[in-house]
Amino acid sequence: MSPSHSQRPSQEHGVTETPILEIRGLSKAFGPVKALSDVRFELKRGEIHALCGENGAGKSTLMNMIAGVLQPDHGEILIDGTRVSIPSPSAAQRLGIALVHQEIALCQDATVAENIYMAAINARRAPLMNFNRLYAEAQKVMDLLAPIPVRTRVADLSISNQQLVEIAKALTLDCKVLMLDEPTAALTESEAQRLFAIVRGLRDRGISVVYISHRMAEIFSLCDRVTVFRDGHYVATDPIAQSSPDDVVRKMVGREITQLYPDKLAPQEPGRLLLSVEGLSDGDRFSGVNLELHAGEILGIGGLIGAGRSEIAQTICGLRPAASGTVTLDGKALHIRSYSDAVKAGLVYLSEDRKGSGVFLDMPIAANVSALDLGKLTGSLGMLDRKAEDRQASDLTRQLGVRMAGIDARVSTLSGGNQQKVAIAKQLSIDPKVIIMDEPTRGIDVGAKVEIHRLLRQLAAKSTGIIVISSELPELIGLCDRVMVVREGKIAGELGADELGEEAIIMLASGVRNSSNQEKQAQNVA
Amino acid sequence: MSPREAGETLMHAEIKADGARRINFARLASMREAGLIVIILALCIAMSFASPHFLTWGNFRAMLMSFSIEGIVVVGMTILLIVGGIDLSVGSVVCFSMVVSGALFLAGLDPWTASLIGIGVSALIGAAMGFFVTVVGLNHFITSLAAMVIVRGLCLVITKGTPLSLFTLPPAFKAVGQGSFHGLPYVIIIFVVVVAIFDFLLRRATAFRKVFYTGSNEKAAQFSGIKTKQVKFWVTVLCSTLAGFAGVIYMARFGAATPTFGAGMELNIIAAAVIGGASLNGGSGTIFGAILGMALLSVVTSSLILLDVSVYWQDMIKGCILLAAVSIDHFLHRKKS
Repeated sequence: MSPSHSQRPSQEHGVTETPILEIRGLSKAFGPVKALSDVRFELKRGEIHALCGENGAGKSTLMNMIAGVLQPDHGEILIDGTRVSIPSPSAAQRLGIALVHQEIALCQDATVAENIYMAAINARRAPLMNFNRLYAEAQKVMDLLAPIPVRTRVADLSISNQQLVEIAKALTLDCKVLMLDEPTAALTESEAQRLFAIVRGLRDRGISVVYISHRMAEIFSLCDRVTVFRDGHYVATDPIAQSSPDDVVRKMVGREITQLYPDKLAPQEPGRLLLSVEGLSDGDRFSGVNLELHAGEILGIGGLIGAGRSEIAQTICGLRPAASGTVTLDGKALHIRSYSDAVKAGLVYLSEDRKGSGVFLDMPIAANVSALDLGKLTGSLGMLDRKAEDRQASDLTRQLGVRMAGIDARVSTLSGGNQQKVAIAKQLSIDPKVIIMDEPTRGIDVGAKVEIHRLLRQLAAKSTGIIVISSELPELIGLCDRVMVVREGKIAGELGADELGEEAIIMLASGVRNSSNQEKQAQNVA
Repeated sequence: MSPREAGETLMHAEIKADGARRINFARLASMREAGLIVIILALCIAMSFASPHFLTWGNFRAMLMSFSIEGIVVVGMTILLIVGGIDLSVGSVVCFSMVVSGALFLAGLDPWTASLIGIGVSALIGAAMGFFVTVVGLNHFITSLAAMVIVRGLCLVITKGTPLSLFTLPPAFKAVGQGSFHGLPYVIIIFVVVVAIFDFLLRRATAFRKVFYTGSNEKAAQFSGIKTKQVKFWVTVLCSTLAGFAGVIYMARFGAATPTFGAGMELNIIAAAVIGGASLNGGSGTIFGAILGMALLSVVTSSLILLDVSVYWQDMIKGCILLAAVSIDHFLHRKKS
């Protein structure tokens, strides 16, 4: 591949339009760590501008400074050509800047409407609230995105709906600049599409959008220009039309990623049957689930968020009670009453919610790695063998390439990708037969993602059974040998290596069509 | 430099960095304890100038005695705080254990058996609270608040509101609370042994590691196959059992069982554990730290008495110390992150 030369922003000298937002020579350090050094950024009126970079590249730091959450050490922020200082988030709001954080920050016990209009309620002088009007106004805004009833308590909504509420909240702020930090991380495909339509609509109304995402497909279908940061430095700004995903990724990592996904298994006869699930139901969210996993393969599970994928996985592992069905692991029927039974049998589950249920953030890395099986680290008197624990943690973290200060460092000091590696190290500590991973690379930077994918392939090659649940279609297609798609608590179909494609998965997931097998059967019957 | 060499250099650098960080982390963990020791020593030195009675074995023995028995309750409370719970009923349970054992002794049982039963019923109260917390799903605060009131009521019912006079307790039993071994009171010996055992277990035993996992992130602990409800249940039982144990030692010491004894004790105990570094959010705390917290409060009380400060000031000053300790902690944590 010939290196395509990135072009300068074309209008730099031609048209004299002042950009709505301009950043000049901005620097920010946290103690000795330089988060941003001398970066620039330019947002034109009415454009959707993607900001790319690995985790730690400084994107969020920049957003937080523009939104008044953090103060720069050096440099200038210009709005409409005038230099401004943004000392607080409310100052940013007055300047017409709105930021939708990556992490959800809603009042869980308040209604959707109260959350959407929180800023307005806060600014009100009248002593009493007109709730009917509040609900009506809020519903109007919410309906632009999704038909979520605004009288619902936020805590009762799914994560993806909460994300939509977060976006609706920003829409009410009558902003000139809207910054979205990974808004689709928790959204389903159809919700994401609806969001894109809305973002385009906002652009057409003259609102400028800064869009942070790790998903190349989104950036290239939605955005007008793309700016790449790497390790706190500005790298380049290109019009989307003159760039390519490979180009952007190369600039992000500063090295050529010749292959984003590891080689798949050569089409050979499948290895021995590792895991077989028959007629599994929980009597609530899903029913009649059958699946088989062979040694050496990576099985993907796709489907919309809320289709029951995580519930199925958690039920297989005994984290949720099953109503009926059998699970056979490596030829032995399992009678799982609790997750610890599954762990003993060699069947482990990696949660999708890394910080909430994957790792112990305020505990040392070594203690995190050994949490799954303390028994083997325990001496005869019930005392923990600290040396064995340290040895195990050192070995596994080295094997997974965890970048850390030491195994005694708290997990909270690590980046997202490295936290996930610690969570995986924990799973590997029991030398499992089958690992079910729920969204193993969500919110992780590209480099760590590639490393984790490669690791999964290596594990599979050593005949550890791997099941990957993912909402990212490229991940399912690039990584897995076979993908099962779940729709509304049932297996909608299965796609082999030769049938894998984004369209095929979306069609199964959204119910546009059933599996090819079922179609054939239907034809036969007809 | 070839890439391989570069890699090796990098690895050496990492190993070095690793070693350096280890020391730092050890220092960080013991900073709280070290700080408390410095404050306590400074206070003692200052007091030795202010009052000639302070630096005497008699005064020290009195201070140690005064917090030894409460110190046993602090041990249980600290472990419960680490698991993410709290127990407001310890004062009532101390009293209940005392009253039940005393009443059984007066009813003709030998005091040792009576004491075992007293500790047993204390454990049962813990089990009942554990049931409401883990099976019914109430939180520790409300459950133990209810238990505090209920158990205090039981004490009043059993004694009909009047103190039980236990001067007939055999000398061998009274010796537990009043006697000494070569000048060292048994109470202090028992206290040191209990602290040493649980401090060691908490740092080394696998079972207690699960306490930290559960308190640090209950969901993640469940997703690691740890039966967090069992952990919480047993820690709740342990806390009440230790309170019951303290109760019978108090009975031996005072030779009486007062139905109002131990009211408000829980606040002192929680304060000591928190000053010593235990977090109400669970996941952190040490027994050594909690005992130092207790010692600090005790030295302050003793100082105030020797300085002839009115007892009415004591609570206020203790409260301010608690507030200062928690504020400093909050400030340090914020600085770190």
